Amino acid sequence: MLDFIIRRLIAIIPVLTVVAVFVFLMLRLTPGDPAAVIAGDNATSDQIADIRTKLGLDEPIWTQFVIWISNILQGNFGESFFFKKTVAELIAQRVEPTLALAICTLVIAVTVAVPMGVLAAYRHGSLLDRIVMGFSVLGFSVPVFVIGYCLIYVFAIELGWLPVQGYIRIGVSFWGFLERMILPSITLAVIFVALIARMTRASVLEVLNEDYIRTARAKGLSNRVELMRHALRNAAVPILTVIGLGIAGLIGGAVVTESVYGLPGLGRLTVEAVLSRDFPTIQTVILLFSVVYVVINLLIDISYTLFDPRIRY
Amino acid sequence: MPEAKRPVLEVRNLSVTLPTGADRVHAVEKVSFTVAPGEIVCLVGESGSGKSVIAFTIMGLLAKALKPSSGEILLEGENILAADESRLRELRCTRMSMIFQEPMTALNPVMTCGLQIDEVLATHTKLDAAQRKAKIIAILDRVKLPEPERIYASYPHQLSGGQRQRIMIAMALVLDPVLLIADEPTTALDVTTQAEILKLIAELQEGQGTGVLFITHDFGVVAEIAHRVAVLRWGELVEMGPTEKILSRPEHAYTKMLISSVPSIHPAHRGVRKDGPTVLRTEKLGKTYSGNAFFQKARVVKAAVDVDLDIRRGETLGIVGESGSGKSTVARCIARLIDPTDGKIFLGDTEIATMSAGKLRPHRRRVQIVFQDPYRSMNPRITVGDSIIEGPMNFGLKRDEAMARARKLMETVRLDPNSLDRYPHQFSGGQRQRICIARALAMEPELLIADEAVSALDVSVQKQVLELLDEIRVRLNLAVLFITHDLRVAAQICDYVAVMSKGHVVEYGSAEQVFGAPKDDYTKALFAAAPGRNWEFGKFATA
Repeated sequence: MLDFIIRRLIAIIPVLTVVAVFVFLMLRLTPGDPAAVIAGDNATSDQIADIRTKLGLDEPIWTQFVIWISNILQGNFGESFFFKKTVAELIAQRVEPTLALAICTLVIAVTVAVPMGVLAAYRHGSLLDRIVMGFSVLGFSVPVFVIGYCLIYVFAIELGWLPVQGYIRIGVSFWGFLERMILPSITLAVIFVALIARMTRASVLEVLNEDYIRTARAKGLSNRVELMRHALRNAAVPILTVIGLGIAGLIGGAVVTESVYGLPGLGRLTVEAVLSRDFPTIQTVILLFSVVYVVINLLIDISYTLFDPRIRY
Repeated sequence: MPEAKRPVLEVRNLSVTLPTGADRVHAVEKVSFTVAPGEIVCLVGESGSGKSVIAFTIMGLLAKALKPSSGEILLEGENILAADESRLRELRCTRMSMIFQEPMTALNPVMTCGLQIDEVLATHTKLDAAQRKAKIIAILDRVKLPEPERIYASYPHQLSGGQRQRIMIAMALVLDPVLLIADEPTTALDVTTQAEILKLIAELQEGQGTGVLFITHDFGVVAEIAHRVAVLRWGELVEMGPTEKILSRPEHAYTKMLISSVPSIHPAHRGVRKDGPTVLRTEKLGKTYSGNAFFQKARVVKAAVDVDLDIRRGETLGIVGESGSGKSTVARCIARLIDPTDGKIFLGDTEIATMSAGKLRPHRRRVQIVFQDPYRSMNPRITVGDSIIEGPMNFGLKRDEAMARARKLMETVRLDPNSLDRYPHQFSGGQRQRICIARALAMEPELLIADEAVSALDVSVQKQVLELLDEIRVRLNLAVLFITHDLRVAAQICDYVAVMSKGHVVEYGSAEQVFGAPKDDYTKALFAAAPGRNWEFGKFATA
């Protein structure tokens, strides 16, 4: 087990190296000059050249890369071109809304989708099953922002139950935080509910055909015990895998959701940084996302062992 | 009838309807029989005979598509066909229990064995945790599992197949039901394990006076365990009577045919060794699997060690052994489906054990395999004709020439050449296995490997395929390597036999010598465990 974890953690290094090189090159090769963006519309070419020298953008690409990497290895993520703060500070400020959104989304998605999938599998072929499957196709196909605006229109504007936009820190007012978290989380959760419900249904359906389910029935157990104790736990591994993969989609979804609901999170920060060619910020955010993704999938792999004693690392 | 002799199970005129569109209307039609206390009744039949359907109907575990349409099932006088789901739930495991064919999959892999038995007690009794635990340990002891405490805490995958089946038996019998239904409980087990499990079931049921409905396709098992036998065909009960009578004086033509199809355990006399050229010779062939771990010591499994074999043209060499003995590993090494790690393989004069994939390709044609499961060894999306000609066309034959060859081969395996444009699912299991044989022969191989090629087939079909294989061997003067776990089959088809155990060949000689006077202790134990070994199944005229 320890062997496995160490191996997986070591494997993060090449992944991050590739991500770093890729991100760095992509940004440098795309047209657009951060110095020009910072200097504004009325700047002279001298002023732009000045800024460029100050930011180190006139060095050759590989020198820039070496400087950047060695700074990162020392824990220095650089200073944002645009926000005039260190990137570390910037991320620290923006991380809470995104983290809160991600956690709320996952909690909603799992608590709604898993029972939905189990019921659909158990009542395989019934009306309920068809409704769940229909919802899941719809959930996949409707874009996040459409769901967002629909929810805002119904619950914030027409009914007036919840605020339209904005964010209040959990430390400031828990109720205010919750009120503003509900709609964004539901918006983002829809696609995950669709994904996880579908996977749960397929996985439970497969398990229900297994011999040990027949054994459970032959023992005279009730349907509930058969379903929850015998079927669901055996179906857990594929469901967990999908949740792990879904984390990647969560990051993309957060960008849109945060823009729709005006949440000052990492997703919005990414958008702003990209629009202003703020290289250090973009690079760091992407690296951060990669680390989170790899670590979460490691945790998912480890959690398999909790559900299936046959899996040993 | 005295009270003690009232049957525990009485099935009267039971019919079960198949869904519309099936090949017949009833899965089971007007079947009646009884099981008395302390009696073992065997339901025998080939696949599709409806024997499992009867078992599942009694337990109330039928698939939704199947509906009992008439009749009664009386469990100690109570008609359980009319019982609702909650009553059935009460009866399951308390009055009637069932054990299944596949101990590997019948237990929940993510729960400890102890807890799985505990569920039964927690559901059906008011015992507290400590009493339940004590009762479970006691039953684990009764089914002769070593170290009951350790077994209690083990997960199924940590136990062997035989041990898992003991867990199933413990689970079924922990509440002393009056009826035990055993659905092919030993079919998936090795022969030595099978003998132990059969003995255990007989002992336990005799001690408790349990009535047993034992479902099997194997007449060896019937001879071993049954008091009475019921023979089923296409859902109808064709004949029923005491074991001795059914096996030695069957009346119905179908029963006669079935019993005549059981291969004898005494080898057929095959004459003296012919002086053909050696087609295949292995020299100290070995295969070692080793896993590699980063920090831990690598795990090494020796699947085959120092295997020396040779087969001459026109001869059949059998490799017999239990699962994990390495018999299939050897076959796969010889066909180079896997790469051997030690030793040499001579195909004629060519050494192929270490040959590179590119150089090996022209020699691939010379060795062909027929696999065990005819349902999975054919690509379901291409026609059988295309399956057969694919190989020869890879080796340069033109399509129409290959097709002509395929037509001829279909005749050889006694199938209609005009059915080449059909798909595998349109054929029965036995027909598919014939097609697999034709596919192998289309390459005009020098060596034909049959890897458990008749194990998945019903006994009557098995007999035909065995006869076909032997006929082809004689006609084409082929060398055949026949891998099987079934001693009866080996006795009938092999000139020479190699007995394998734990990767080693423990005994090797002519079939007559190995079967007639086994020298090795393992071989002796293997033969002693063969079910029905003391019973010579008669050959009846079935006209």
